[in-house]
Amino acid sequence: MSDAWEVIFQINTLTAALRLATPIALAAMAGTLSERAGVINIGLEGKLLAGAFAAVYVTYVTGAPWLGVLAAMAAGMLVGLLLGLFAIRLRADHVVAGVGINILLLGLTTWLLQVVWGGRGTSPAVTSLPRWSIPVLRDIPVVGELLGSHSPLVYFTLLAAPALWLVLFRTPAGLRVRLIGEHPEAADTVGIAVNRTQYLTLMAAGALAALGGAQLSLGDLAWFSQNMSAGRGYMALAANVFGQWNPVGSLLASLLFALTDAVQMRIQTLPNPWPAELVQMLPYLLTILVLSGAVRRSRPPAALGRHYPPDHGAGAL
Amino acid sequence: MLEGTGTSRAWLRELAVALVAIALALLAGALLLALAGYSVRDAYWSLFQGAFGNIYSLADTFLNAIPLMFTGLAVAFAFRGGLFNIGTEGQLYVAALATAITALAVPSWPPVLAIAAALAAGAAAGAAWGFVPGLLKARTGAHEVITTIMLNYVAILLTTHLVKTRFKAPGPVDQTALIPAAARLPELVPTTRLTWAIVIAVVLIALVDWILRRSAWGLDVELIGQNPSAAAYAGVPVTSRTACIMAASGAIAGLAGSTIVLGVLHRFITNFSPGYGFTGIAVALVARTRPWGVVPAALLFGALQAGGLSMQLFARIPADLLTAVQGLVILFVAAPGLVAIVRRRRRARTPAAHEAHEANETCVAHETRDAHEARDAHETREAHETRNAHEAHETVRKRGANR
Repeated sequence: MSDAWEVIFQINTLTAALRLATPIALAAMAGTLSERAGVINIGLEGKLLAGAFAAVYVTYVTGAPWLGVLAAMAAGMLVGLLLGLFAIRLRADHVVAGVGINILLLGLTTWLLQVVWGGRGTSPAVTSLPRWSIPVLRDIPVVGELLGSHSPLVYFTLLAAPALWLVLFRTPAGLRVRLIGEHPEAADTVGIAVNRTQYLTLMAAGALAALGGAQLSLGDLAWFSQNMSAGRGYMALAANVFGQWNPVGSLLASLLFALTDAVQMRIQTLPNPWPAELVQMLPYLLTILVLSGAVRRSRPPAALGRHYPPDHGAGAL
Repeated sequence: MLEGTGTSRAWLRELAVALVAIALALLAGALLLALAGYSVRDAYWSLFQGAFGNIYSLADTFLNAIPLMFTGLAVAFAFRGGLFNIGTEGQLYVAALATAITALAVPSWPPVLAIAAALAAGAAAGAAWGFVPGLLKARTGAHEVITTIMLNYVAILLTTHLVKTRFKAPGPVDQTALIPAAARLPELVPTTRLTWAIVIAVVLIALVDWILRRSAWGLDVELIGQNPSAAAYAGVPVTSRTACIMAASGAIAGLAGSTIVLGVLHRFITNFSPGYGFTGIAVALVARTRPWGVVPAALLFGALQAGGLSMQLFARIPADLLTAVQGLVILFVAAPGLVAIVRRRRRARTPAAHEAHEANETCVAHETRDAHEARDAHETREAHETRNAHEAHETVRKRGANR
């Protein structure tokens, strides 16, 4: 046990946690954004996979990881649009549609992985995103070690959380989005195009979540592997609930999950490691625990999951 | 089941929804194949051959359909109670291991007893794995979609760990020893590996159908599924029922794993499931959550699974395409708006008088939330009118007294 505590407070572990938190946090913010607009976004897992795959594929073809990142965003927007088509236009139950999207993207990315590169499991290595080293920041003692050198997407995430908070809670556009999530009829009455705003929000959320996928494949590693998101999209949803539908809260909750992940990775490198499988369970168990503790005191957007214009035929199926 | 003209029309409409969804998904699959430069004809032909081409492929289709009957039924049952159990994959893993361990522990028991004990252990393990997210949902509101998927990962890691450390048979593969012959499910058709599992599945489907339509418990499930707060108002103990629905769903899903161990693999092998749990979601939705609908739906997806393997072998096309097709089926079948669009198109071509009739009909369907749900609920409600009325009356009386 004491080993584990030592591991948790090592600066390396915290640095790793920041890196590992990025995909979850970006997906969690995407969840916050779309759920504030009233659309339950179970499809985050699929968006992570779409982003991760598109980023590696385009980097493989062009050799330019930044183009890969752009491709990831485009792919994420497409998936967001697809979720919108089913959840908004075709009035599918949001949760069922989200799960459908996740299974579709899991199948599609695994299939394309084999079609493009043959074999099974992983793609060949491609050029990964550069590691930025921030001049002044890296020289500050502890902080420099923690924040000094990361993938650009890590810095993007740290800036995106407060920025998204500002947009959602301090701008007219954010107010419009939140009004739709709370009371779509009222939003409609004051002249907001409810469905169009929801589509745009879903596409923006898709781009955000797919950036998380790009961090998974191009930031952390330099390849795509089958189901590489491994449930992070669902963890991100839990982080969004724990973070009270607030981008900054989402980021902090993601850091908590990522810390567990970093700790479990580090524990396995100790001289007397705990059984690998048991340690790997930690992030999943923590997600269940946190979600169970968080929901009771949470207040989701009032019109979450509803179809607008109101459709009385919208049951679970 | 008594079917009036109205209900048989609803039934046909749902069949149409399922068929249209499957056709659209296969069409999208064909598009993907064409875009990737494969011959659609070769791909789907080898798929068809692998599913129905000869007696062996047909047996393969059935073999793949059996676990899907269990997982599909599990997901469908939970759906009826308004719960989305996407944790059937994890439930079938813990059940499969519990079954294998039990079968190995009772080598000298007579066949019937050994099999019964092994199945019971599996169902209990699956039930426990479903009970936890059910209880959390009822007590804390934690969404079962997130908790069950997290438990899938936990189940796969836990069973792998237990096999590696406690139950591993010598050799390079992480698997248990072979279970004794007495605990194996006997074959129904020699040399096909089609065992009594299919009988267990069909009996279970009949049982769940009966529970949903004829029992007090089933009425509670339907009421919770339609409106939990109204159910609570009518005196249904929603918290305990929700936990029980998920536990029952987990037990049913668990039997998918148990019957594979007892009938097909004859041991537990880590990571043995090719996604029976997730395919169960598609099966349940295509079945429109009706227990008997699960049989044809499971056969269909069993055929896709069997055919996918032959497509991979003979047409050299990775079978994972069919996972994508499954995702599309789920999307299409869950989109009521899709049907509305098709109907509107058709209406545009018919005379105005007909249009009025159709509009009226759509309105009615909307009012009753979901046509089939309403019909089923109506039927069950009628069957239990006395109990229901009595209970509602009691509740209202008590509430009145409290005030």
